[in-house]
Amino acid sequence: MLITSALAAAGPSLDPISDLEQLTAYPFMVNALQAGTIVAVMAGVVGWFMVLRRQTFAGHTLSLMAFPGATAALLIGLSAAAGYFVFSGLAALIIGTAAGARRRRNLGQESAITGAVQAFGLACGFLFLSLYQGVLANYESLLFGSFLGITRGQVLALALVAAVTLGLLAIVGRPLLFASVDEDVAQARGVPTRVLGIGFLLLLGLAVAETAQITGALLVFALLVAPAATAQIITPRIGLGLVLSVVLGVLITWAGLALAYFYDYPVGFYVTTVAFVVYVVARLARTLAERPTLLRGRVRRAEASA
Amino acid sequence: MFAHEFFRNAFLAGTFIALACGLVGYFVVLRAQVFAGDALSHVAFTGALAAAAAGIDTRIGLFAATIAVALVLGGVGERASADDVTIGIVFAWILGLGVFFLALFSMGSGGGNGLLGARALFGSIFGLSTADARLAAVIGVAIVAAILAIARPLLFASVDPGVAAVRGVPVRALGLTFLALLGATAGEATQAVGALLLLGLLAAPAGAAHRLTANPYLALGLSAALAVTAMWLGLAISYTVPSLPPSTAVIGVATAIYLLAFLLRASTRMQALPSARQDPAHRLAGN
Repeated sequence: MLITSALAAAGPSLDPISDLEQLTAYPFMVNALQAGTIVAVMAGVVGWFMVLRRQTFAGHTLSLMAFPGATAALLIGLSAAAGYFVFSGLAALIIGTAAGARRRRNLGQESAITGAVQAFGLACGFLFLSLYQGVLANYESLLFGSFLGITRGQVLALALVAAVTLGLLAIVGRPLLFASVDEDVAQARGVPTRVLGIGFLLLLGLAVAETAQITGALLVFALLVAPAATAQIITPRIGLGLVLSVVLGVLITWAGLALAYFYDYPVGFYVTTVAFVVYVVARLARTLAERPTLLRGRVRRAEASA
Repeated sequence: MFAHEFFRNAFLAGTFIALACGLVGYFVVLRAQVFAGDALSHVAFTGALAAAAAGIDTRIGLFAATIAVALVLGGVGERASADDVTIGIVFAWILGLGVFFLALFSMGSGGGNGLLGARALFGSIFGLSTADARLAAVIGVAIVAAILAIARPLLFASVDPGVAAVRGVPVRALGLTFLALLGATAGEATQAVGALLLLGLLAAPAGAAHRLTANPYLALGLSAALAVTAMWLGLAISYTVPSLPPSTAVIGVATAIYLLAFLLRASTRMQALPSARQDPAHRLAGN
């Protein structure tokens, strides 16, 4: 972080055009902005479904698989991203199959399983780290993200994964929406809700593994939950909500990256703070707009999307 | 083993921390608030680093942060039980703040001090001094006493909040008290197993107890017993195999217990319904 602020010694001026020129003057920053945009678009769409399905906890658990993934990769000498995808995929399978063993989704039991998977995954990560007997020098950037040193190759890889994830989601989008809003009716109509549930968790695993490369494993929520939750507060409509979620995500990412470029603190801090402020403003505006509490709004939203 | 001072300290603190985690964890799973527990444990990280950046005892930061955030989550959510989107957003931001404090602290101390961050994230039970261990034990006893004191009404309010409210049980106040206790437990356990791993101690023994018995008081006791077992076994294993960090050993044993309970339950269910296995139509009807 110190290097960047030294580069941007002049700091932001009041002229937005010269600020923009400053921001895009260095290739590393252009890469970071591109990577951030790709990640924000994907996180906005996948996060919208995650919030709808109330699987934030599962999303968080999958994102924490970065830790065992990265340490296992370190131990056997693979790239951290590969280990990450493997572990978050495994965790998604376990949570999906174990939680879907019953006919209906049981949120209490699902969260207990998710918690156990998360704890075990992290314990594994810690074990790998001690087996490695070295120091995981960049554990802070693993957990809290970094936008320095993103290469062209990484940007392309991110774009590829995002395209695959969004393509798959576009295929299963309609039945998934049906299954998320009203599982019983969807099941009665012959929609394979269980397979869809597992499939969605796998997609979520892909998405968090990718998002975490910008925000770090602990902070993926800033891009996965906050834009989607804000969009669902603002509008009950599906298409508009998805677009809004993506737009908000992209704006939050840009604002966070620009702030981190000009001022001397980690990017994770700025992205989470901007996301939090946006959510709080939307929620307050909504509460003020309609006196009856948010509870009623949520019921209406569910009806509208069904 | 017990000849070593550090092991006696770890044993003393660990026993009471596990006891508190087991008891509180039972209600966490019953009320489907595992995610809240998860969030509070991460908040502990921010608390510890904020205190470090401000130059005061990290434990004050730990407890202040976890209890304050617990009350905020409970206050915002309906029926004092925080919904998952609110939790996700609040704790992402709190963690972001934690990173900020980490940067602040590293700069203040001349840079490159990741040790405190690592300790807050992963715990250091073998590094506790005798005074630390005694204090942890006292706080553990206080949490256990508090949870036992409200166990009966809390159970009622958790299982059927509507009926409990009609009968005059203060459901909302109980929910808030419980979240505050959960926050205190998170702060307490962070010292032993760290902010990243304490969820295992909170969720795994309790999840196993829920699977093994439906009797609430039996399950409550079982959950505490399993948590303490996990702690003792974990400490012993970590002592015998020095390359294994104590947090990993404890959480590993806790997860193994959960897995055993899961398999045990699955196999008894299979035996109980022998006809269901042969006849898919019957199974659908039976479920």
